[in-house]
Amino acid sequence: MAHIEEITLPRERPAAARWRFNATALLFMGPAMLLVLVFFIAPVIITFAMSFTDLATSTGLSNWQWIGPENYARIFRSQFWMTILGNTLIYVAVVLAFNVVVGLGVALLSVHMEPKAGGVFRALWLLPRISPSVVYALMWTWAAASPPFGMLNYLVEPFGLEPRYWIQSDPWLIVIFINGFVGASFGMLILTSAIKAIPEDLFRAAQVDGASALQVVRRITLPLIKWPVLFVLVYQTMSLFASYEYILLTTNGGPGLFATETWSLWAFHTALANYYGNLEFAYGAAMAAILVIMGLGISVVLLRTFRFGQLVAEPRVEVE
Amino acid sequence: MATVAIPRAPGRDRWLSLLPYVVLGLATIPILVLYVWLFYSSFFPRIEGFRPIGGFTFDNWRFLWDPASVPQMRNRPPIIPLTVNTLLFATLTSLISLLVSSMAGYAFSRLRFKGRRVFLGGVLLLHSFPSVTLLIALFVVLRTLGLYDKLVGVILVQTAFALPFGIWIMKGFFDNIPWDLEMSALVDGAGRLRTWWRIMLPLVKPGLLALGILLFVEGWNQFLLPFVFMPSGSQQTLSTLVRGILGEGRFVDYGLLTAVGLYYILPVLVLFVVAQEQLMRIYAGGVKG
Repeated sequence: MAHIEEITLPRERPAAARWRFNATALLFMGPAMLLVLVFFIAPVIITFAMSFTDLATSTGLSNWQWIGPENYARIFRSQFWMTILGNTLIYVAVVLAFNVVVGLGVALLSVHMEPKAGGVFRALWLLPRISPSVVYALMWTWAAASPPFGMLNYLVEPFGLEPRYWIQSDPWLIVIFINGFVGASFGMLILTSAIKAIPEDLFRAAQVDGASALQVVRRITLPLIKWPVLFVLVYQTMSLFASYEYILLTTNGGPGLFATETWSLWAFHTALANYYGNLEFAYGAAMAAILVIMGLGISVVLLRTFRFGQLVAEPRVEVE
Repeated sequence: MATVAIPRAPGRDRWLSLLPYVVLGLATIPILVLYVWLFYSSFFPRIEGFRPIGGFTFDNWRFLWDPASVPQMRNRPPIIPLTVNTLLFATLTSLISLLVSSMAGYAFSRLRFKGRRVFLGGVLLLHSFPSVTLLIALFVVLRTLGLYDKLVGVILVQTAFALPFGIWIMKGFFDNIPWDLEMSALVDGAGRLRTWWRIMLPLVKPGLLALGILLFVEGWNQFLLPFVFMPSGSQQTLSTLVRGILGEGRFVDYGLLTAVGLYYILPVLVLFVVAQEQLMRIYAGGVKG
């Protein structure tokens, strides 16, 4: 990366010039800094500060008090926090596996087709991501609907399974499918471009040596896209931890008490949308703060495990 | 870009070249079924499983010309203002984000200033920050600023949320432009701002277009922000309308819902068909969960 100043300006800049230069930077950065300050930095600070108060609809914006770490104590006194933590871990692990395996599968299969056909398949798999979440959730709600509607009931009928209302009877299946089909496209796109970046000579050489298609995939493609796969793995873990929109739109954490409630959805329900009418901002903020801390913890572990710094700096294709 | 050459040897490997089509074809069926159903269901009174009950009809679409006769639409804002709101929201958020992130992206790419690295790292960190954490506090921020339950407030929040991604993408586009072009302008005495607007922005036009389309689609699709920050009244968007009808109960009118849903998703589908290449590239190039 070349910086133009290194050429245009002498190393020992007069104070006036330096000031003017920082002023230029400020001019360009100003709008972004203002928006980030008001809508990112301030909220983060407020969240942590708020988690030590009793701010809720019932107290209003003016009548709140500092109550110390009571909200945190309350979370771990709740009889549900273990269930919800467990749900979160299951959700992240299973959807992650679905996303990465299916994403890799679609990428591999689609590059082994005629380019046109591969493009069509990739476009189809990208559809869920570019669709409005409410419409995508509507389609899955229908698919899972009780008789006489729904697709799933008709699909399982030949196997002798009872028709049912899937969101009630198998909420996890729906949560995993709805998130899985959306998330797979991320891996698909990243890994497709990684595979396409592999020098063609390697495939030709393998072909000349008489390697079969499966051998090519196992011996050439997979080892060469190791880093992009790890990147997808790490990135998706972080996104899944924070995500809740599709669960909110389908099972809404249910059925019953917290059957599919994840930690971020719990925070959302507590602070922003619940049936009791009392939005407990401060209590929800404490949950959100724990989510941030969990996220940081996980990223540190992943950083250590996968040497993330190296990961993002690594060229797309690495030949050993 | 290389396409992978598959050995097309006769015999044992022959069936292998068909295998990707079969496997991927089967795996794609659920997605196809969902979207075909959305289309199909909006033109029939009722669909049970995959079987339409009754004849082809536009009856489900009458929410467009005769909303008074649709019970689910009665207590809701009319469809046209909702569409205008959604369009306004998507257009304004994408334009403002484009402008702001191309300014900041230019600064990160070309200027050396105090705290550049810290800012750049911070921006990346913000991108992966759990949004629920921000939403709770933003509730308080918007209330304090008097922007709660107003379209302007939600537009500002969405614009800010789009910035980390936008800034990184724009920085990448500017990094790819050789700086001798801009250098001659600067030597000739043109200001930075003028150089950026007159010389640099036209050079990254394809990037601006791709990012703009992506931001528009994200704005158009946005559900959580209007849902949380505009709970009442006439300023809602199409996403909250679909959610509202869907949330009414277990035995919902799928005919009406799919018609409204298709109406809502149509612009996105058209954009996707027209600009598919750009969208794919920007999704793959950037980092987006």
